[in-house]
Amino acid sequence: MLIKLEQVSKIYKLGEIEVPALIDTNLQIEKSEYVAIMGPSGSGKSTLMNIIGCLDVVTEGRYILNDRDVSSMSDDELARIRNREIGFVFQTFNLLPRANALHNVELPLIYNGTPRAQRRELALQALDNVGLAERAFHKPNELSGGQRQRVAIARALINNPSLILADEPTGNLDSKTGEEIMEIFERLNNAGNTIIVVTHEEHIAKHSKRIIRLLDGRIISDA
Amino acid sequence: MLIVFSRINEYLLMAWQALRAHKLRSFLTTLGIFIGVSTIITIFTTIQGLNQYVYGQLSNIGANTVYVQKYPWVIKGDFWRYRNRKNITYKEYLALKKRCTLADYISPEVFAVKRVGYRGEKFDNIFIMGSNENYKETANAYPEVGRFLTELDVRNNHRVAVLGAELADKLFKHENPLGKRITIGTDKYRVIGILERKGSFFGQSMDNYAIVPIGSFRRVYGGHRGLRIALMTTQPERLEDMKDQIRGILRQVRKNKPGQDDDFAINQQDMLTDLYRQLTSTLYAIVFVIGFISLVVGGIGIMNIMMVSVTERTREIGIRKAIGATRRNILSQFLIEAVIIASIGGFGGIAVGYAAGLLILSQMDLTIGVSLLSIAVGFGFSTMVGVLAGFFPAYRASRLNPIDSLRYE
Repeated sequence: MLIKLEQVSKIYKLGEIEVPALIDTNLQIEKSEYVAIMGPSGSGKSTLMNIIGCLDVVTEGRYILNDRDVSSMSDDELARIRNREIGFVFQTFNLLPRANALHNVELPLIYNGTPRAQRRELALQALDNVGLAERAFHKPNELSGGQRQRVAIARALINNPSLILADEPTGNLDSKTGEEIMEIFERLNNAGNTIIVVTHEEHIAKHSKRIIRLLDGRIISDA
Repeated sequence: MLIVFSRINEYLLMAWQALRAHKLRSFLTTLGIFIGVSTIITIFTTIQGLNQYVYGQLSNIGANTVYVQKYPWVIKGDFWRYRNRKNITYKEYLALKKRCTLADYISPEVFAVKRVGYRGEKFDNIFIMGSNENYKETANAYPEVGRFLTELDVRNNHRVAVLGAELADKLFKHENPLGKRITIGTDKYRVIGILERKGSFFGQSMDNYAIVPIGSFRRVYGGHRGLRIALMTTQPERLEDMKDQIRGILRQVRKNKPGQDDDFAINQQDMLTDLYRQLTSTLYAIVFVIGFISLVVGGIGIMNIMMVSVTERTREIGIRKAIGATRRNILSQFLIEAVIIASIGGFGGIAVGYAAGLLILSQMDLTIGVSLLSIAVGFGFSTMVGVLAGFFPAYRASRLNPIDSLRYE
């Protein structure tokens, strides 16, 4: 079992008012699954993604990731978990604008102390893996949207994470490029990677093998 | 250790890239520190050059020599108290010579300003000193060529003169001065020696004078002039005893009543070094205040820009945190950036300050070597300012929440 949420609630406090974003949620995801999380805005899907991605902590309940309870970890412990266990792919790519593709891809390795030479090699490999080896020394603003997202995928994969977490990965791309990105995810899943895609587009969700739908902070269907 | 080192390399690289992205802004930010450090180093270098020079010159006045004079060198309080003092007389010199057993060398010194000439070449306003054979020890004035006054010259009031190096150069351009007759005032003197060159002290040449036997001087220019008496011991531990002995003898000869203050002064080198130290310590304090203020202003500038930079780069911080940067990673990144801004200003300030110091010193015909101390001071201050100014913005950056930061536009 890769992911196990037990009775997880997330409540935001806005001054005096408490806003529940996620209520008593139970969820299990196995290794090598390909899951889509869907729901309209305000349904809690972003909150769920943040918790699964260890960017946020639960208010109540337990979150077990790879047999480790991460529900009560400190900021820095969560940072280390994110570094090793999770590869993020964002809607807006979130690459460092001043760094070239290679440097962007090797960034996670800097934070776990991988020596420079090894870092270069791994980053070049990862870029090659998404078909961008010859663009290694280009900056993000010299790349197309699809290429930027592929750089982001290379960065997500560089540490061999347990989980790839994609938040609306095709939201800023035209449909043809979006399909190309989804093909990469499918290929990665076939190779054994666990993938969770958060989206509100049905045709994107269709690529996955399991769709979890949320509404008002609760899971309303899981198939 | 290797990991720590390679990390620092990473941070330096990150900082360098961030600074390069805003070249003009980074440059302007370094200016504050640059001005502060260059001010400090300029004055620091100048003072050090002056110190070296002044202490070197003051050591010409031997530490084991005291001067009996009418006035003290450093007058504290009311000058008029000293006005009615009687001159130091030749009689008092004779009394000291006879009874001051602790002094190994005693020389009377009396001055006049005269015209000196040789074969139609005449020079006005030359210092003429009447003294004895002991002057070479008490004043550390040894002949470069020829000889100094001897006891015989002094006892028999010979008309002989020893010249300072500069005066000899002026009078004798292409001749050997030894044995030549020069006129001092209206009288003829035979040149017997030239002194070693002493150089100048604040633009005042110390080689532009002549020494003649005191008896010859008194006979020609009168014996009424006030004297200065130099007394020297060869054993430093006896100096204080010697001063006591001098005081006892002079109080008696000058008929100072018990309870009355001395009506003469016993001067020595450390009075001048103390005075100099007092003056420069005030200067040091002023420099410190000026430098400190500009460093604080520079530090505020750095802090301000770092705050702007952290806000501008909120998204970058979010990205870094999302992919695994810890608080400490972020803190180090921004702190090192601030320290680099400050150090660049600091290094520039050291270089320019040192150059400016040398320039000022060269106006006074002085120079000084590179001082490790001033480099250390400049570097230390600028690094410290970088750390202090960078800490708060870096801390703020390290505390940013990754979720909000990633959404920041």
